[in-house]
Amino acid sequence: MNAEVAAATAAPEKKEFWRWQENTWFDETKNWKDAKIITCGIDVGSVSSQAVLVCDGELYGYNSMRTGNNSPDSAKNALQGIMDKIGMKLEDINYVVGTGYGRVNVPFAHKAITEIACHARGANYMGGNKVRTILDMGGQDCKAIHCDEKGKVTNFLMNDKCAAGTGRGMEVISDLMQIPIAELGPRSFDVEIEPEAVSSICVVFAKSEALGLLKAGYTKNMVIAAYCQAMAERVVSLLERIGVEEGFFITGGIAKNPGVVKRIERILGIKAVDTKIDSQIAGALGAALFGYTLMQKQAKAA
Amino acid sequence: MIANYGYKDGSGEYYISIDTDKCIECPAERACLTACPKDMFEIITDDYDDEVAWVKKEKTRTLAYDCTDCKPAGGHSALPCTTACTAGAIKHSW
Repeated sequence: MNAEVAAATAAPEKKEFWRWQENTWFDETKNWKDAKIITCGIDVGSVSSQAVLVCDGELYGYNSMRTGNNSPDSAKNALQGIMDKIGMKLEDINYVVGTGYGRVNVPFAHKAITEIACHARGANYMGGNKVRTILDMGGQDCKAIHCDEKGKVTNFLMNDKCAAGTGRGMEVISDLMQIPIAELGPRSFDVEIEPEAVSSICVVFAKSEALGLLKAGYTKNMVIAAYCQAMAERVVSLLERIGVEEGFFITGGIAKNPGVVKRIERILGIKAVDTKIDSQIAGALGAALFGYTLMQKQAKAA
Repeated sequence: MIANYGYKDGSGEYYISIDTDKCIECPAERACLTACPKDMFEIITDDYDDEVAWVKKEKTRTLAYDCTDCKPAGGHSALPCTTACTAGAIKHSW
């Protein structure tokens, strides 16, 4: 078979519209070798994994990537991604805390802490000590959390039974519309009239409803707007169960989608606290900060 | 801390909330553990190192079904878990 025939018969490459940007960052103004205590938080979630390095209680660097098919490898790959960039070895890290769904499967973790406590602690660092209500829109679950001025959880609920209002739901719509996931939010505002939310809260039925809307003459942007609105209404109904206070902060990948965030803000009548730090690393950051606190306690006790 | 275990789906909201501040110094000697006929509660050490009750993870997605027998339709006038918890830490949302 010559090359031309092979090319013609090969299956067309399938575009992955859902694929979100994986990224690595570290603070180039600092040198980790100057730090007295280096702690690491590893958040192995259902969709994404993050490794965050904290030097003397301050964010130093992170790596955020898609979760693979097993938790230990995802944890290792996430951490290796940032360590390779900065020339660090595992032995250089004083304490590792695992969090997220795969927290008990992080082979090099000294302790596992739930993602609820870690997101609250991370949000407290990212948004400041005025943060009181946190909405974490994760890959396959959604959490509503209240915390005090220190980032300690005072009330929480989690919904991990239904994919409505989660990152995975948005990935499904992205693939269905064949629009890169990062463009969904901005495009949802490019409509002449704001459509009503899709009526189903189930991702599977929302997908079939979206197809029906396209057949009925909706533009893709209108369908996206209708889905973003449904997602916003869904998570707001979760938030209402524990109540929303000023100092509202959103974590997780969906926090990067203005189409959902602006609609949540519109429904609640509250503006979410802004941050320059990647919203997806909140859990791992909180875990690393817990590690730092534990190290300090150990040092005091010694 | 108020910990809400459960879910919301198309049929309604099903949460068991546990006020861990009331649960830490349990005056009922952890009676919830034996009161629940479905064995849904267990004692854990939470993220803040407090020993408190929680709803077992595998039960949090089936509350609507697991708790049915203890509701009025099952012949109970009061929930065994909330009755056993004399501290008033356990509440059902439905």
